[in-house]
Amino acid sequence: MATTASIHAHAAPQGFIRKYIFSLDHKVIGLQYYFLALTAVFVGMFLSLLMRIHLIWPQVSLPLVGEIKPETYLSLLTMHGTIMVFFVLTTAPQGGFGNYFLPIQVGAPDMAFPVLNMLSFWTTFIAFVTIIAAFFVTGGAPLHGWTGYAPLSALPNSGPGEQLGADLWVASIALFCIASLMGALNFITTTLDLRAKGMTLMRMPLTCWSWFITAILGLLAFGVLLSAGILLLLDRNLGTSFYVPLVVVNGQVMGHKGGSPLLWQHLFWFFGHPEVYIAILPGMGVTSQVISTFSRKPIFGYKAMAYALMAIGLLGFMVWGHHMFMSGMSPYSAFAFSIMTMAIGVPSAIKTFNWLGTLWGGRIRLQTPMLFAIGFVSLFVSGGLSGPFLAQPVLDIPLHDTYFVVGHFHLIMGVAAIFGIFAATYYWFPKMFGRMMNERLGQIHFFITLAGTYAIFMPMHYLGLAGQTRRYSQFTEVAYQTKLIPLQTFMTYAAFVTIGVQLVFLFNLFWSMFKGPKASDNPWEATTLEWTTATPPPHDNFGGRTPVVYHGPYEYGVPGAARDYIMQTDPATVPSH
Amino acid sequence: MATFSSTITLKDPKLAHGGSGIRPPAVDGGGGGGDDNGYSDYGARLRRARLGTIIALVAVVMVFVALTSAYVVRRGLPVMDERSGSYVRDWMEVNLPTALLLVNTLVLLVSSVTAEFARRQITRRVALVPVESIPGVSIGQERNFPWLPLTALLGLGFLFGQWAAWRELQDRGFALATSASSSFVYLLTATHGVHLAGGVLAMLYAAITSLTRKPVEARRIVVDVTVWYWHFMALLWLYIFALLEFAR
Ligand code: HEM
Ligand SMILES: [Cu+2]
Repeated sequence: MATTASIHAHAAPQGFIRKYIFSLDHKVIGLQYYFLALTAVFVGMFLSLLMRIHLIWPQVSLPLVGEIKPETYLSLLTMHGTIMVFFVLTTAPQGGFGNYFLPIQVGAPDMAFPVLNMLSFWTTFIAFVTIIAAFFVTGGAPLHGWTGYAPLSALPNSGPGEQLGADLWVASIALFCIASLMGALNFITTTLDLRAKGMTLMRMPLTCWSWFITAILGLLAFGVLLSAGILLLLDRNLGTSFYVPLVVVNGQVMGHKGGSPLLWQHLFWFFGHPEVYIAILPGMGVTSQVISTFSRKPIFGYKAMAYALMAIGLLGFMVWGHHMFMSGMSPYSAFAFSIMTMAIGVPSAIKTFNWLGTLWGGRIRLQTPMLFAIGFVSLFVSGGLSGPFLAQPVLDIPLHDTYFVVGHFHLIMGVAAIFGIFAATYYWFPKMFGRMMNERLGQIHFFITLAGTYAIFMPMHYLGLAGQTRRYSQFTEVAYQTKLIPLQTFMTYAAFVTIGVQLVFLFNLFWSMFKGPKASDNPWEATTLEWTTATPPPHDNFGGRTPVVYHGPYEYGVPGAARDYIMQTDPATVPSH
Repeated sequence: MATFSSTITLKDPKLAHGGSGIRPPAVDGGGGGGDDNGYSDYGARLRRARLGTIIALVAVVMVFVALTSAYVVRRGLPVMDERSGSYVRDWMEVNLPTALLLVNTLVLLVSSVTAEFARRQITRRVALVPVESIPGVSIGQERNFPWLPLTALLGLGFLFGQWAAWRELQDRGFALATSASSSFVYLLTATHGVHLAGGVLAMLYAAITSLTRKPVEARRIVVDVTVWYWHFMALLWLYIFALLEFAR
């Protein structure tokens, strides 16, 4: 509560440390989150490349890790998944872009609680350091996957990485939960309480809606994961038996009794399914914003878009059981979870059709942000279509824990959310850094990434149908699977190319930061509030002015208007016709 | 909390659907008037701090929802018995030191009352600020009882009592890892204790600011939200106590 004392509109700080390190400015904090995620994504990508190499050349000893034993592979996989889900997909869209642009888009000078905002970033940072530390302790990184299923995760002697490494993993997740709760508190309060005059909820850009709903999901979900993590720490270190039944490890009876591994699964997935929406909703918001702007058309069905976000958020809390069809749950519960899961297809389809409806007949400008937004829709559809398959218990039983699931969630959650981040980066780069990114490099980046993504993840569906299991380190010795090796090899080459082209992005990002052509205040001719202020925005966002809002966020191509768009802050009403 | 609820009303949504068409001029959004979204005036800050507190409490509630559902599930869970090879219920009723816990409860409830006195005292002082600023007007010596330190002290008393209850539990043979039921007793009381300890720190912070030159309006915000948080912690304890007592 101490933070409430410090919500004075703070003056711009002078010293380097207050300005760039322990800054209270939401824009600086947003960039800190963004660069943290950028670091994390390259770590995560490197780990995935090691896995892909090992899958087709199991004998090769690899840089930094040496010889890959099955448990090394599991460590790589665990760290890859955890870093990607938490420190990339949760960090960049919400902590990064949400922090930077939510206050500006609603017309506020900063977040509601700046000190809390700073604490939230630094807690995330410590969480990241903690998880990276797991690589360097005795026994190495944990083996239990990003889902951390007990009892594997609950018994320190169940494998090499399950000693200190696993404790660091749980501690990191717990810190991440606390940081995300602080962030959610700030996002919700800012949205509800700091909107400018005239900025009604239904005039908010859909980006703000998506950050807002994401924050609500985070508020309700992260506390549950935090509790689950604390129970796990107790089981691991203080001998309690929340998750561990009577078990024998290596011929040795463990002291636990009576715990339930399924309890972990329930708590984890109660968080876990909303988490996948925490990753994807901000991407949906950006996609809506970009598609409308670059089609020069109002978003098709603004209200439906906002309500669909709410519906997805709500239903997202009722479907966690679809991850547990194999756990021996009652067929009646499985049926209920199955129906609920397929119901999410409805709001998802509404969003998809509204994006297409917005594109339809638009005067489309195919610049890089738009390419990535369209790519997002493509991936969302291709990944989403396999969802209703997995949502049926009879189909999920053979498909669960195969590459089919890996294909499904990489397309829809992994790469779609990453495309959202790319779209946001190319779209807001001019506002954040005052320069334009290179279009040609952006196009190269887009087309190769899109093709590469499909080349990597589409074949996974076939592998899964053919019975190739997930989380296995070697297939080359298994007779019935040797026929699939050419496909695996193809995917590894595709991964090389796709990861390679990310260096083009990295180059474009840093080169444009210093050498790109100077950007005007509103290079995309967009309507929302961030484009009404200077580039980059001043410390209090609007340079002493307080914006007043007169229009909805997507007034493009208004008949009778002087230009083909009307800024939200434009007081002029257009004569009716 | 009556003052708060007015902030999140959605004003006249008919005027403001996003997509298309021509909007009439501004209707007031969330900022509640004021030229600068009320970013820095005290009334708006108080409202914002209260809203933030409520949202933080939602997160706390979710933590306890998770722990409660774990409790209920584990309590009803049958366990395979190694000897007979059949499912049995292994839930062991904890012999709670109920009398001691009742004393602790009383201490906490009293602290909630003193906290409320602190809140009202400072609210009154804020109301008197404009009067005091009239030259020549004196409103006499307003008595300022140190309710905040007293509340913090009672809070510490409660925490000490909880610790004594833990000792008592151990003497009765219920350690943290003795049985699932005793694990939950420690877990729930400790989680509540940590939250209350945060409240004690906030109380002390609020008390210390009264020694500084901070304007009373700013201090009132700290006191106000801390006290609401404190009341909630009392309520939460009643819930936990009831759960442990009646769903042993
Ligand atoms: C129509 C929409 C969707 C449906 C019907 C659906 C259905 C499912 C089902 C049934 C599973 C469990 C498969 C198994 O483990 O056997 C699953 C896994 C998964 N889904 Fe979806 N899904 C949908 C959308 C999404 C979205 C939007 C995301 C992410 C943003 C997502 C991310 C994931 C992830 C990460 C997993 C795998 C988790 C793991 O086991 O490690 N899904 N999905
Ligand atoms: Cu799910």
